[in-house]
Amino acid sequence: MDNAYEPVIIGFLCNWCSYRAADLAGTSRLHYAPNMRPIRVMCSARVEPQFVLKALREGADGVLIAGCHPGECHYVDGNIKALRRYELLKRMLRQLGIEEERVQLVWAAASEGNVLADAVNRMTEQLRRLGPLRWRETVLGGDGQMAEHTDEKVAEEV
Amino acid sequence: MAAKEKPKFAMYWAASCGGCEISTLNIGDKILAVDEAFDIAFWPCVADFKVKDVEKYPDGYIDLCLFNGAIRNSENEEMAHLLRKKSKILVAFGSCASEGCIPGLSNLTTAEATLRAVYLDNPSTDNPKRVLPQPFTKVPEGTIQIPVFYERVKSLDQVVPVDYVMPGCPPEAHQIAAVMDAVITGVPLPPPGRSIIGAGNVAVCEECPRQKNVKRIKRFYRPHEITPDPEICLLEQGIVCMGIATRAGCGALCPRVNMRCEGCYGPLDGVEDQGANMVAAIASVVEEGSGPLAGIDEAELQRRIGEVMDTLVDPAGTFYRFNMAHSLLMRARFTGDSAEKGVA
Repeated sequence: MDNAYEPVIIGFLCNWCSYRAADLAGTSRLHYAPNMRPIRVMCSARVEPQFVLKALREGADGVLIAGCHPGECHYVDGNIKALRRYELLKRMLRQLGIEEERVQLVWAAASEGNVLADAVNRMTEQLRRLGPLRWRETVLGGDGQMAEHTDEKVAEEV
Repeated sequence: MAAKEKPKFAMYWAASCGGCEISTLNIGDKILAVDEAFDIAFWPCVADFKVKDVEKYPDGYIDLCLFNGAIRNSENEEMAHLLRKKSKILVAFGSCASEGCIPGLSNLTTAEATLRAVYLDNPSTDNPKRVLPQPFTKVPEGTIQIPVFYERVKSLDQVVPVDYVMPGCPPEAHQIAAVMDAVITGVPLPPPGRSIIGAGNVAVCEECPRQKNVKRIKRFYRPHEITPDPEICLLEQGIVCMGIATRAGCGALCPRVNMRCEGCYGPLDGVEDQGANMVAAIASVVEEGSGPLAGIDEAELQRRIGEVMDTLVDPAGTFYRFNMAHSLLMRARFTGDSAEKGVA
């Protein structure tokens, strides 16, 4: 394993709870893994599965979606929609060979800076164990073509 | 009086089933108008041309080239480069050339597993010497060469620039006729650069005559598990109809005969990944979790929603039926012994 490997997590944080949780973690001077790149969205339901796939293809090792607890959504049930999408996306990603730990959904209220920090710490450790994803290089790399003709590769007549 | 030189027409098939050719011939009498308007420069399905003939044409000699089929092996790719060079207008014709279609589904497994399934494991295959195709084989007369089978199926626009895309599996005959009419009468085409021709710019639902109400899906059904009501939206009945995430143009042929839309006309403008958008759309209308939420057990809620999603068998194969090779991730990932088994 490459010692220099630091997991990159793209975090989609909902404006009303989880982004504020991240803010609170900061102002409370909580120490947690610096591996998450936060992106503020208005609601966890704003996170299209396309965003997750694009992040994974473009170099992220994992994606964290964070929203308000069920029953506390600013838009009543946006987070429930996010949960349903997550559960279906998770099943599809399994078929595409992406480990479950790479895409996670957590609920973090505005007062739960520690919950968000714990989630980022836990996920960073999990991704460290899984190793880098590097989709373009390892899955799409080399264009998937076989090597050129060499003499050793010529099969004998059968 | 010497006849005016006619524009040149070509149609080629790479990794495809031949359905695009049949659909082209289905335009009926109009095929005579095509013959009258164009000289056929290359069309292996209907006339005897050799690749050598095409190689001798000057660059840009072919005015209109309809290229159907995905890029599955090195020969497909060579032909794509050759026809790009020789054609003024190159059209990715049909779902395979546009986005990989059914051949693209093999991006959910490995090339090795695909070859093994076809040449060794298939119950109807008789191959006692367990011979697999090799790109180069020594015979007394020398070395014979066959195309190299690629690890990943690609769409045409992933190997050469494409002027137009005509979606559909196959493109419907009335759409082909309309496009040929436009080309023959000189109606200007949209600006080139992977522009869509011969299809609508709304979802299949717009063309579907079924009655649509609020959708609250309790569980999903595979086509053999349910006899659908012929009047009501299929999705409402829990059948995974791809109409909501699919471009119109076919006239909603499948839903009209009680069959779910499988998504062959591809995604709409602005959508990069048809499958991902289908996940977003269909998950939102699951009923589970729409009751009162105060004091709800979060883990229990997640488990119940998961149970509903478990009734949707094979989400990747369903949502990416026609779009896998052109989706955001393009293929599945294999680590360790998953590569040998071909199951991610």
